[in-house]
Amino acid sequence: MKELHEFHVDSTRYLDDHGKPLGDLPTQARDLHRTLAAYRHMVLIRTFDSKTIALQRTGKCGTYPSVLGHEVIGTAVGQSMAKTDVLVPYYRDQAAHILRGVSLKEMLLYWGGDERGSSWENCREDLPIAVPIATQCCHAVGVASAFRIRGEDRAVVCCVGDGGTSKGDFLESINLAGAWHLPVVFVVINNQWAISTPRSIQCGAETIAQKAIGAGLPGHIVDGNDYFSVTEAIEYALERAHGGKGASVIEAVTYRLGDHTTADDATRYRDAEELKKAWEKDGVKRLQNYLHDSGHWDADQEKQLQADCRETVETAVEEYLAMEPEPPTAMMDYLFETLPAALHDQRDRLADKHRARSGQGGGA
Amino acid sequence: MNASAQKAVDKQKAGEVKEVTLVEAVNMALAWEMEHDEHVVVLGEDIATNGGVFRATVGLKERFGFKRVMDTPLAENLIAGTAIGMATQGLRPVAEFQFMGFIYAGMEQIVSHAARMRNRTRGRLHCPLVYRAPFGGGIHAPEHHSESTEALFAHVPGLRVVIPSSPQRAYGLLLAAIRNPDPVVFLEPKRIYRAVTQSVADNGEALPLDTCYTLREGDDVTLISWGASILETLQAADKLAEQGISTEVIDVATISPLDRETLLCSVAKTGRAVIVHEACRNGGVGAEIAASIAEAAFLDLQAPIVRVTGYDTIMPYYRNEQAYLPHVEDIVEAVEQVIAL
Repeated sequence: MKELHEFHVDSTRYLDDHGKPLGDLPTQARDLHRTLAAYRHMVLIRTFDSKTIALQRTGKCGTYPSVLGHEVIGTAVGQSMAKTDVLVPYYRDQAAHILRGVSLKEMLLYWGGDERGSSWENCREDLPIAVPIATQCCHAVGVASAFRIRGEDRAVVCCVGDGGTSKGDFLESINLAGAWHLPVVFVVINNQWAISTPRSIQCGAETIAQKAIGAGLPGHIVDGNDYFSVTEAIEYALERAHGGKGASVIEAVTYRLGDHTTADDATRYRDAEELKKAWEKDGVKRLQNYLHDSGHWDADQEKQLQADCRETVETAVEEYLAMEPEPPTAMMDYLFETLPAALHDQRDRLADKHRARSGQGGGA
Repeated sequence: MNASAQKAVDKQKAGEVKEVTLVEAVNMALAWEMEHDEHVVVLGEDIATNGGVFRATVGLKERFGFKRVMDTPLAENLIAGTAIGMATQGLRPVAEFQFMGFIYAGMEQIVSHAARMRNRTRGRLHCPLVYRAPFGGGIHAPEHHSESTEALFAHVPGLRVVIPSSPQRAYGLLLAAIRNPDPVVFLEPKRIYRAVTQSVADNGEALPLDTCYTLREGDDVTLISWGASILETLQAADKLAEQGISTEVIDVATISPLDRETLLCSVAKTGRAVIVHEACRNGGVGAEIAASIAEAAFLDLQAPIVRVTGYDTIMPYYRNEQAYLPHVEDIVEAVEQVIAL
């Protein structure tokens, strides 16, 4: 038998579980300023996360998906993208969104049941959070096609979970990205769990990254809790995309340290011992250890950072809670650019009802 | 400028008048808009080199290049979603689904994203795109190639659902759909793709959306229809006229959002309404129209509203498709029934 093609999937890891370099670090590690900014951001996101869960538990926010265990990947994505690139997210990309320019208040509004939470004052071209699994992958290749059609030097980063890679949307999109040579980086955030379905029964392939090969794309695995591995891989893939070399798939392996959402109870299906082991690989602590060991971080700085993050988050929460809901008529005002005549009656009735029942204007 | 030169300019301005079929009018509208708006791109299966299985996109790749006329891989969900990504970038994609029977793979993208993008971003992003699909029976096509499921889309807030019934309206409504800043599902009645020709001025003039078209004025009964069934409805109107029954024929054209005003005004005049559509009856757009008339014009009615529709069953294969489709006689009988009351 003759071997026609040979494929391989690489993986990288630079820091061990305790933040000790396993060998030479990539060039990105020389930028201390950036590494410190990454760590500060991860702590901010973790502070925001625990506060939002607390808000949900006290009835001040809706169902919310914790970002715990995903901070490193999102931070690397947010830091690596050019401002003119476009982020096409799933729903656990808090760390990337905030770096792109979404405010904590906007993030709270979205999960707090207010459409204004996706109207974003900054990063106007980034796609909003996608809740239906993997559907965003198709948008990503559409955005990338627009760049290609117009001949623009821009790239797309599309995030998706491990469960999402089972869907046609992901497979069809990487297939198109390969066929059309599109400037996209697919970041698969493999946190081992799709709600209660473990990675082991999500797919029979040894790795998710190898799905890229079937689409004619390079697939690469990184330790999703190793800031340097993730950063290097995303920067390299973005460089390829910008350089006209096409799309890539990165499988960033991590662990969902929280429940799927605040409506979930992972103790129903997950072993406590497994979770404990996953905490030992925590990427935020790992980067803190690295900075500490290399003499760039100390307990006082940590204390100050924690206090600063709490203050930043509290301010955002106050702003969020102080915002009045939109008038009910807003539910019709953004359906079309101009409300069709056929819907004027319904909007008027909605406004009248609201006025009569609340003694308020109703936004009409 | 001498007289003949002036005449040439005037002619160009008025647009070359061509005698075309409905599918040729679709092609003309696409070509006009691609010529005049560089943001317009078309994508779909077999649409570029082959010009589409019905030839709706023939010649576009040669004129506008493969960057704007794109053969996609065979994945309808991908086509629906890719168009959304393009639209958020300010392009105006016109995506073709080869047959309506294959559009369902794209339903999640259409319903959960295209229809909602403007609303969920409070206008930050929007989807100025058109999803084209040939639909309906009567052409001896294989299984899955003959259904009329327009009601599925009419039920979705945020979508416009537009159905032309003649070459002129195909041209004008498709131009309007492409220029519309919101998503439009544009369903083309393939049974009449080549049934008739009409003179269409290729002048880039769009026709208004969200409005019914009154094709024939009359006093005794309002006949309401859309798509290919307009053909039989007009033929029935001719036959009824011979019997001395005066019918008003309305082409709904945009089935969502629905121009109730025109329908109600007509029923106020005639006091009778017969609704004709090829789709199943249960939960069809005819039901929405009947309910709207009953709600707002009950006292104008001199007879119950009658629907002439397909049956609530799976579209039969082609040996029996004629037994499923509404015919001229069915419409005539329905009108005779309401006139007798």
